[in-house]
Amino acid sequence: MTWLVPLLVLAPLLGAAIALGLLRHQKLQRAITVVVLAVAVVVAATLMVLVDQHGTIVVQVGGWQAPYGISLVVDRLSALLLTVSASVLLLVLLFSIGQGLAADDEDAPVTIYYPTYLVLAAGVLDAFLAGDLFNLYVAFEMLLVASYVLITLGGSEQRVRAGTTYIITSLIASALFLASIGLVYGATGTVNIAQISERVAGLPEHVQLLLHTMLLIAFGIKAAVFPLAFWLPDSYPTAPAPVTAVFAGLLTKVGIYAIIRLETIIFPRPQLNTVLLVVAVLTMIVGVLGAVSQTDVKRLLSFTLISHIGFMVMGVGLGSVVGTAAAVFYTVHHIVVQTTLFLVSGVMERVGGTTSTRSLGGLLKAAPLLAALYLVPAFNLGGIPPFSGFIGKLGLFRAAAEDGSPMAWVTVGAGVVTSLLTLYALMRVWDAAFWRPKPAAEAAAPHASTAEPHAHLRSPEPAPLTVSEETGEAYHPGGSTTVTDAAHASSASSPATGQTAAVEPSVHTPLPRMLVAVTTVAVLGSVALTVVAGPLYGYATRAAESLESPDRYVQAVLGSTDGGTDE
Amino acid sequence: MTITLVLVIAMAVLFSCGVYLLLERSLTRMLLGFLLLGNSLNLLLLIMSGAAGKPPIGGSSEGITDPLPQAFALTAIVITFAVSAFLLALIHRSWKLSRADEVEVDEADAAIGKGRDDAADDDPEIDTDPEAAQNEEATR
Repeated sequence: MTWLVPLLVLAPLLGAAIALGLLRHQKLQRAITVVVLAVAVVVAATLMVLVDQHGTIVVQVGGWQAPYGISLVVDRLSALLLTVSASVLLLVLLFSIGQGLAADDEDAPVTIYYPTYLVLAAGVLDAFLAGDLFNLYVAFEMLLVASYVLITLGGSEQRVRAGTTYIITSLIASALFLASIGLVYGATGTVNIAQISERVAGLPEHVQLLLHTMLLIAFGIKAAVFPLAFWLPDSYPTAPAPVTAVFAGLLTKVGIYAIIRLETIIFPRPQLNTVLLVVAVLTMIVGVLGAVSQTDVKRLLSFTLISHIGFMVMGVGLGSVVGTAAAVFYTVHHIVVQTTLFLVSGVMERVGGTTSTRSLGGLLKAAPLLAALYLVPAFNLGGIPPFSGFIGKLGLFRAAAEDGSPMAWVTVGAGVVTSLLTLYALMRVWDAAFWRPKPAAEAAAPHASTAEPHAHLRSPEPAPLTVSEETGEAYHPGGSTTVTDAAHASSASSPATGQTAAVEPSVHTPLPRMLVAVTTVAVLGSVALTVVAGPLYGYATRAAESLESPDRYVQAVLGSTDGGTDE
Repeated sequence: MTITLVLVIAMAVLFSCGVYLLLERSLTRMLLGFLLLGNSLNLLLLIMSGAAGKPPIGGSSEGITDPLPQAFALTAIVITFAVSAFLLALIHRSWKLSRADEVEVDEADAAIGKGRDDAADDDPEIDTDPEAAQNEEATR
């Protein structure tokens, strides 16, 4: 069954090539993209079962044996993340197709979207498969170049500006990664992860520390941990909703995956674990404080994304089997939940015309289903008991308690505070967007909201009389751009005015069916994680066990012929 | 492992020039900085293959040079090429849109830098746009 492994990279790349050739046939393009990713899901799921039964699968590409050739390695961690990523990629693709089918959307996927998306998929899947550092670098570059295109999709001014931050930061991260690959090669004479793991113990302490730190910084930028996360809330929210969703779900997690590999296989000694715990605490707290102060849903979600990266780093930093297992479980949970939340925010933008909490409102009446779709993943991310977020956090806290060091307890404290503040931030969105009636400001003062203009053009309804009455100012419903500052201020600051300006469902565009269907599937998926939490946690624990004994990985890669297994 | 000092110095100079240029605000200089950085990294990879002078192929008593770093450098060159092409396109687009070859100021960040009380404002967007505010005054 080893031929399945390269298929995960080859199929999306070939699909991308074919889709690129079919630029004029959008339907065919779409069909190919969906089929390719569906195949990837099936293959990844098969591998997940196979690996759990028979142990690590290693493929030596081109028949060159391990230290010389390129190895593709699927162990339990890889297989698990491959399956989750492939499923998320497929879901988000369906979401973007739904968005494209709905008429007059500036975010409608252009023809280049599908091929680029497939290249991104190939990069993400290849990163999880890579058995040597250089292949990991190539995978990173593949997904990064695709992400450069996706984040500047359409090339509007705002996106170019946001994209520049993202691209330059990523370039520097890649340069650091390449430099550390060069240095690792100079120090150990190999880039094969298994062989590095064998040889690194023989290096002098300071050389190890230098290589370890450089790689950690390079991966840390990708994973968006605290001092290196500044670029994320600036660049993610401007991209189209499905692009943000897939970036939030997968790109940072590829960085986390690399950090897990680095800390368990490449440098198994607990050299930098305290640093990692400190970074985890800062990431959680700074991230969530950023989230609390935001008024834009997408920016707020980007900040919660950063803060929850801290939980995964915490699990890795504990350096024990239970800690790593919890980190792996939390990664899976977070991929699904964060992507779902971004998809929901995409639908909210669609329905409410904006993502600013100041002008959203009344969505509960306008779209009760959407409200439910928001509430479930929000509780999940905040860690309310029945959901997987609670299970993941409980696992992390238990691992920290087992560790028992003062620093571990500090991270537990930070984790609890972060969960509460996350819940607070997400409930503020709930209050503003769903619970309260639609504020009058939105209808009355189109230019004052952060929404895209087209959302308002679609709802040119006369302004509610109450606004002009209260402020006693002249007001022209037709030329609504001339609304006064006073009217705007009064209506925005006092939601009471909003109540008289009754909620009119006509303001909202109707729920786009396909988007809602896909989002519902995503929400159900995140709930399903709770249902299968037992087996999943068991799988994560087995993955962590094999990670924490790097010998098994080394033996699987080096001590076998093509397609050998370790158990 | 013996290495050539000249190459190391050349790499270091290229690297520092690259970093210096990347810190500029102008996008074109950033591109140049990225190119220098990329080249210095290729040199670094090459340096890691050991001293120069051995044949690339064939049986020699000294052995052959390590081919792996050369393969890395080749791959890295291709990637640098692709990314700089994309960067050029981005610069072109940025120029067409705003006639500016600079990283633009993030308005939200600028507002925070000024120490403004964002929460008291109605909407950060409108406040950071003095022109719109003026227009509004005028229409009143």
